[in-house]
Amino acid sequence: MSEGHSTYTPKTGIERWFDARMPLPRLIYDSFVAYPVPRNLNYMWTFGGILSIMLVAQILTGIVLAMHYTSDTNLAFDSVEKIMRDVNSGWLLRYLHSNGASFFFVAVYIHIFRGLFYGSYKAPRELLWILGCIIYLLMMATGFMGYVLPWGQMSFWGATVITGFFSAIPLVGNWIQQLLLGGFAVDDPTLNRFFALHYLLPFMIAGVVVLHIWALHVVGQSNPTGIEVKSKTDTVAFTPYATIKDAFGMIVFLFVFAYFVFYLPNYLGHPDNYTVANPLKTPAHIVPEWYFLPFYAILRAITFNVGPINSKLGGVLCMFGAIAMLFLVPWLDTSKVRSAVYRPWYKLFFWLFVADAILLGWLGSQPAEGSYVFMAQMATLFYFAFFLIIMPVLGLIETPRRLPNSITEAVLEKNKGGGGHPAGATAAPETKG
Amino acid sequence: MKKILTSLALLGLVVAGTAAIAAEEQNAAAPTHFPINEPKEMSWSFAGPFGTYDKAQLQRGLKVYKEVCSACHSMNLVAFRTLEGLGYSEAQIKTLAAGYTIHDGPNDAGDMFDRPGKPSDHFPAPFANEQAAASANGGAAPPDMSLLAKARGVERGFPRFVFDIFTQYAQGGPDYIHSLLTGYDQTPPAGMVIPEGTHYNPYFLSGVSLKMPKPLSDGQVTYDDGSPQTVDQYARDVSAFLMFAAEPHLEDRKKTGFRVMIFLLLFGALVYMTKRRVWADVAH
Repeated sequence: MSEGHSTYTPKTGIERWFDARMPLPRLIYDSFVAYPVPRNLNYMWTFGGILSIMLVAQILTGIVLAMHYTSDTNLAFDSVEKIMRDVNSGWLLRYLHSNGASFFFVAVYIHIFRGLFYGSYKAPRELLWILGCIIYLLMMATGFMGYVLPWGQMSFWGATVITGFFSAIPLVGNWIQQLLLGGFAVDDPTLNRFFALHYLLPFMIAGVVVLHIWALHVVGQSNPTGIEVKSKTDTVAFTPYATIKDAFGMIVFLFVFAYFVFYLPNYLGHPDNYTVANPLKTPAHIVPEWYFLPFYAILRAITFNVGPINSKLGGVLCMFGAIAMLFLVPWLDTSKVRSAVYRPWYKLFFWLFVADAILLGWLGSQPAEGSYVFMAQMATLFYFAFFLIIMPVLGLIETPRRLPNSITEAVLEKNKGGGGHPAGATAAPETKG
Repeated sequence: MKKILTSLALLGLVVAGTAAIAAEEQNAAAPTHFPINEPKEMSWSFAGPFGTYDKAQLQRGLKVYKEVCSACHSMNLVAFRTLEGLGYSEAQIKTLAAGYTIHDGPNDAGDMFDRPGKPSDHFPAPFANEQAAASANGGAAPPDMSLLAKARGVERGFPRFVFDIFTQYAQGGPDYIHSLLTGYDQTPPAGMVIPEGTHYNPYFLSGVSLKMPKPLSDGQVTYDDGSPQTVDQYARDVSAFLMFAAEPHLEDRKKTGFRVMIFLLLFGALVYMTKRRVWADVAH
């Protein structure tokens, strides 16, 4: 399915004219029309497309918001409120953008967990996976800086806490922190550079997305069986098959997104961010946005010193380590079988890992005291054990279930045995979703 | 799917178990978690997918704000013209704005001057600056009220925050304000230390007591529409008004939302049928 011959034949004069000079129509045709996709992709594979439209939506709403926003500490908060009150449909733009960030992360987490479940990171897709991890890192930086812009209490104190991590790094820590802040504390220079970077990073994300899609089109998509495409019967054309399925996935996703934008626009935010930043008044609990909570829990779980590493540096190392694990996944997983569908033990541990990540998220929202600390430590331990012990060891000792010979065989088998359609693949096509 | 459900059930057990461990005994005289009492959930006309503001209620709430709250609390972000959302005509708003004196200038001669308010003006603040506000109020500046209904909210906790998604509970702010305003006059538990110059209120978000004395009492504000002139009614009305002040486009948002949801539902159904048709001849 990789570099097949281009099947594009220009039909009109203008297409031939372009094709001879800059074959853009050919590129689009080969990438989004004729491109072969495995026929057995499920709805988990629609999140790539969903993420693309979320990125575009964020950039579009963001550019319009930037036309009305002022990145001065004395004016920022009021300028956001001016958008909410006086700009035509400003409330809609701003709620779309702030909730859009959250739903961007919802989609990216599903996308990442899908990759972990189906082993999408395995050779030859390691680079594809790593490019995805880079996008995720850039998203985190963008999301964090965007949250600072409204200049509410959580903006200010979140920025103070998170930039404070960097001071834990030996030797260069303070220098890095001051470079980020543009001074010794979060202030006007911080807000201005965060605004500039918040505008820049999405375009860097878009650049890496192009590389991500390029890499994808070289190696082809993985699929729920994890078996490589072997023959033409294993695939269908991107258009109309994948386009229509992606379109439906997007609409369902947008439905949930719209539900939050219109009915619960502040559900995912924090009330304190509707109070203007006050450097003299620390909120009772400083909580980052929900999508950082698991990492925040890991950071705070390290309450003890280990040799020369004090608890603060230890927490920072664990937090960055938790993200670094993702980059190493292609080499930590030793299994020869890609998909968890054929790995009963990995499947169990995968779901435990999902539960662990959600538990860490909840712990991140709770104060770091009492039994929460111990729970966070246990959950952190499992988080790292999943990557560093379970993944490598399970691949060596687990006996996978029998793999089908091809995607086509898997599909036909499923349809033969699948609930009440014994006639198989060709019969009663209208009953198949 | 069964696996997912089992896992979710497992997760639920873990979380519920940990929550039970984490719920520490509260000592009545020296509580560590605030508020001591959770806000009471009231029924608001603006709740739910078809919620709208009760204009008569907002007008009463504005009266309470003008006659009581505005003595100490500013509302810097709200312009008089916004009050059209309360059902006032343009002429009424002009009259209302003209009732305020706005410090403006400098004029051509370079002098500052006072003039009657215009609809485009914002509510003037009762104090010249935050320091003046703090010094006149025992050291704590009364918060600006423009966004108060969105800036206050008691954490809902597990599992309620999950249910809130389906019930569309987004009235934490007004519920809190109403409970706080009606939560005075209670006797603190024996042994509780109430700092000098503060007032016990078990609904206060960040301590046992607050600097603000009980602001409302029965009969304080005269209503001309026959509504009961009680603290509870005043508190409801001013909370609703503050929700409007914080979110003047709420009705617009919910109305637009309904159209968007209907569109996505119909469009989604059409795309789904097309998808079934396209995939009908391919086993997958």
